[in-house]
Amino acid sequence: MSLDQTIFIPVLAESLQTTSSPTPLQFFGILLGLLGLFFFVGTAVGMIRFPDFYTRMHAAGKGDTLSTMLMLSGFGLVSMEDLSMGSWLLFFKIMGVVLFIFITCPTSSHALMRAAFEDDEMPMTEKDLKKPSAKKK
Amino acid sequence: MIEYFAIFMGVALFVLMIPVVYRIGAGPTPFDRMLAVNVIGTKTAVLLVIIGTLFNRVDMFVDFAIAYALLNFVSAIVVSRYLNRTISLDEMEAKENAKKIKS
Repeated sequence: MSLDQTIFIPVLAESLQTTSSPTPLQFFGILLGLLGLFFFVGTAVGMIRFPDFYTRMHAAGKGDTLSTMLMLSGFGLVSMEDLSMGSWLLFFKIMGVVLFIFITCPTSSHALMRAAFEDDEMPMTEKDLKKPSAKKK
Repeated sequence: MIEYFAIFMGVALFVLMIPVVYRIGAGPTPFDRMLAVNVIGTKTAVLLVIIGTLFNRVDMFVDFAIAYALLNFVSAIVVSRYLNRTISLDEMEAKENAKKIKS
């Protein structure tokens, strides 16, 4: 493959030429990343398909948090090429981002849900489905 | 191998962001839009780490990701508080009085 001709960023082309087979740790990281991508597909489908604000929040809050944590952990493992001090430092830094997102993402979801509930946004019930002109915006 | 994986993940994330952007445009309530913006902001932090992996500079880009996640969190909290206060003070007092009468 002559990818270095199509990519004009020199650093990127240089890193693409030195391809090597992944270590077991990196392989595990790739698996985690693909699992996170699977959960993000669920989030994207839920954001389109669900009929109500609260159901959309259910899809977005859970899937977004879990997929972000899985993907970041996966890339933390992928970036560990050797077990030197710098790699460990980098890994713990990425784990710090994961911890931060684990705390803040449900918090912001909860704040938004509370704001919507106090703004009289009612959840969809069976009566709404039976109405002829249901809110299908 | 790792670089191709990083490129694949970045492109897939970008493609999967398109339905979320649709929700920003078509969301019936402002909360829907804010939720979609929140999702995209969280995913941008992941995208920054992916770009760092591609450039072999993860140590630098992780700091950007931290800053972006913090900014995203603060914006979500601020907007939800702001939207909560859009009803006027008189309406709020009337609502609280109604709650007191009910209980």
